[in-house]
Amino acid sequence: MDFTIILQAGIASGTVLLFATIGELFSERAGVLNLGVEGMMLVGAMSAFSTTIATGNPWLGVMTAMLFAGIISQIHAYIVITLQADQVVSGLSLTFLGTGISLVLGEGLSKAGTVSLLPNFSIPLLAQIPILGKIFFTDQSILVYVGYLLVPLAWFYINRTRPGLHLRAVGEYPSAADALGINVFRMRYFYVFVGGMLAGLAGATISLAVSPGWFSELTTGGQGWIAIGLVIFAQWDPIRAAVGAYAFGALRRLILDIQGPLLLLGFDNPFYYNPYLGFFLQMLPYLFTVVVLVIGSREAMRKRIGAPAALGNPYIRGERGK
Amino acid sequence: MGAQDGAMTDSNKLPSGQTRIDSIEMRGITKRFPGVLASDHVDFDVKSGEVHALLGENGAGKSTLMKILYGMYHPDEGQIFLNGKPVSIASPTDAINHGIGMIHQHFMLVPTLTVAENVALGLPSSRGPLTDLDRVSKRIVELAGIYGLKIDPDAYVWQLSVGQQQRVEIIKALYRGAALLILDEPTAVLTPQEVDEFFVIMHQMVKDGYALIFISHKLHEVVEISNRVTVLRNGKKIGTRPTSETTKQDLANWMVGREVDFAPDRGNIQRGEVRLKLEQVSCGSDRGTPGLREVSLEIHSGEILGIAGVSGNGQRELAETIAGLRKTTGGHIYLEEKDVTNFAPGDLTERMLSYIPEERMRDGMIKDFTVAENMILREHHKMPFSASGFLKLKNISTHSEKLIAQFHVKTPSQETLAKNLSGGNIQKIVLAREISRNPRAIIAAQPTRGLDIGATEYVREQLLDQRKRGAAVMLISEDLDEILALSDRVAVIYEGKIMDILSRQNATRERLGLLMAGVQSGEKTPA
Repeated sequence: MDFTIILQAGIASGTVLLFATIGELFSERAGVLNLGVEGMMLVGAMSAFSTTIATGNPWLGVMTAMLFAGIISQIHAYIVITLQADQVVSGLSLTFLGTGISLVLGEGLSKAGTVSLLPNFSIPLLAQIPILGKIFFTDQSILVYVGYLLVPLAWFYINRTRPGLHLRAVGEYPSAADALGINVFRMRYFYVFVGGMLAGLAGATISLAVSPGWFSELTTGGQGWIAIGLVIFAQWDPIRAAVGAYAFGALRRLILDIQGPLLLLGFDNPFYYNPYLGFFLQMLPYLFTVVVLVIGSREAMRKRIGAPAALGNPYIRGERGK
Repeated sequence: MGAQDGAMTDSNKLPSGQTRIDSIEMRGITKRFPGVLASDHVDFDVKSGEVHALLGENGAGKSTLMKILYGMYHPDEGQIFLNGKPVSIASPTDAINHGIGMIHQHFMLVPTLTVAENVALGLPSSRGPLTDLDRVSKRIVELAGIYGLKIDPDAYVWQLSVGQQQRVEIIKALYRGAALLILDEPTAVLTPQEVDEFFVIMHQMVKDGYALIFISHKLHEVVEISNRVTVLRNGKKIGTRPTSETTKQDLANWMVGREVDFAPDRGNIQRGEVRLKLEQVSCGSDRGTPGLREVSLEIHSGEILGIAGVSGNGQRELAETIAGLRKTTGGHIYLEEKDVTNFAPGDLTERMLSYIPEERMRDGMIKDFTVAENMILREHHKMPFSASGFLKLKNISTHSEKLIAQFHVKTPSQETLAKNLSGGNIQKIVLAREISRNPRAIIAAQPTRGLDIGATEYVREQLLDQRKRGAAVMLISEDLDEILALSDRVAVIYEGKIMDILSRQNATRERLGLLMAGVQSGEKTPA
């Protein structure tokens, strides 16, 4: 087993989680919890794959994925921002809706043939760095490199720009933002849309780059839920989100690859085609997600780990307090 | 003084560099909310260089009127004139552009942002999309300097005291070029020292030519700080007078619409047997530290025992322990000689203990239930409110109609949700529920906190009536005036211990003050 290869594949697989996590992070920073990530990712993966088959142009696929997922995220936005309904219920429904749409429109797509994928390439010079160059900069999809750029950009946007300042204010104390003339409703719609587009991009990353193809709901395999857990784990910070996403990507690869070899570090491999241990290992990321979600749902804990104070609360003008 | 005034008129500028507002006038402002006429053809005006106080009970329409001036609500009728010219103020942004600033009762500051970030919120940056916090900080220090306010622009708001946060709010308004400030109950959250400091700033600002609107229901503050005063009642304007031509008593009568009695008659009542007795009761606090330490006290029938103390010295734990909401770690509680230590609240209800909780919005009622439903929370499971598991809606309705009339609850109907009522009316619902069952003992925790004059007076009268009826009343209050006006005996609580119990005659402000600071009687004041 070559660990640099596992890590290299892990980075690619982590890029999926990265996009979804950063997207959800933007939405939550504005105060809107969107549990529909899984559904939006499926819509993205399906529409990317299907558009690419139809047009032969994977870039069109990526754009369609982002647009389509962004549009269905606005259903959630309308329900929770304008109609002020419960964000959990609406988000869960969005997952069902997204799954349903993608299964119907994606029917037969898995046998529709192969597509031209997004290009892979190495970065000159950087790829020469021992070990790290191989893991991060050698023969990766262009989307992986987009991911590298997205993280510092997202951090800079949130912490150093004027719109980022407004974003933080809207998620922490919307009535304060409103009193200063910031349009809370428009901001929330916008960031839910951003979250949707990035979830769509995450879906496209799967179907056009990391594990190309359309395998109905197994395409995403619950990664949308892991992304939601990662946002909490990252304490709503893009840098920590990236660390978490790549670590989980690597873990996913490791869990797959560890069941292959006969010998592990010179010993008999206990995981060698052992279905019980294999399933157990595959469960771990989801177990982690459940634990993080439970921790993150406790009010006292949320305050301590720095959740946006208005997260999950509809903003109603003129209502006292938050 | 005269020369300074002259210079001011010539330049027509405020120290912040902003042009002053000579006058703002609101004419015939009317605003309807579902079921309520919040503002009924109200005229109001304020001029440069004056404090105009807006006085009224909760729900009189003060905040509504000011939210209209600040563009948060749109009036159904009426017009606003700025320096004599009609203007339309459709949003807070419009108001800010006209030089109107508002300091909200609940501060509009984001706790997780710094002072500078809060001030910069919503404003264009001199660096386009990037923030220009260094420049904002410089200007903050400049503005703060004018009024001698000490503000660190890089401090996070959550690190600041309430008084400091208020200064940030003022700076925020000045930074936006405010020449008129609406101060919505600015003193409600301040300590007496902070109020004094705040008034010094207000005086200086008025001298400099700002126009200030001061919303309050605290009479002595209005009399102390304002030049003119306008009183609102039930959304209508009662009148406007120069403050120097009114008295506190006049204003109170105007506000409430009848003679207000500041010192209710206690009457002479013979106290009876011991109703409630605590023996060496201890319990924990939410932080895991001891909440009560071996508290012993007795309350007799026909007696009000006041519990005085600085907030957070075990008052909450004391009330909750007796009410069965917090487990004791030692000691015994007796209700009419029966040991009720750690009884469930339901069992205590059966034994006719009533509890008026400190957090009335959280523990006293269910916000999304109707007035009628909240009235029967304690006895809903019994005749006449339910039988064989079904609610007797007719009886419930009759009962609540009776209580609404008897306790003067101001509500559109008994089907109104409790959360839509004012604090005073919510407290009346709690009182009605707890008192109408003729309890043997009553725990009243901060029963008048946040209430206006009329409601406060009413609650106090009700507690005295209960005492007359023979109930044992524990009155927990941080308001010494209230303790002294109502109590037969006063116990002082400090760090979870009862320092001493004084009779009404011996309970002077000075003695109580020392005990509240933890100084035992007989001890010398620490140097």
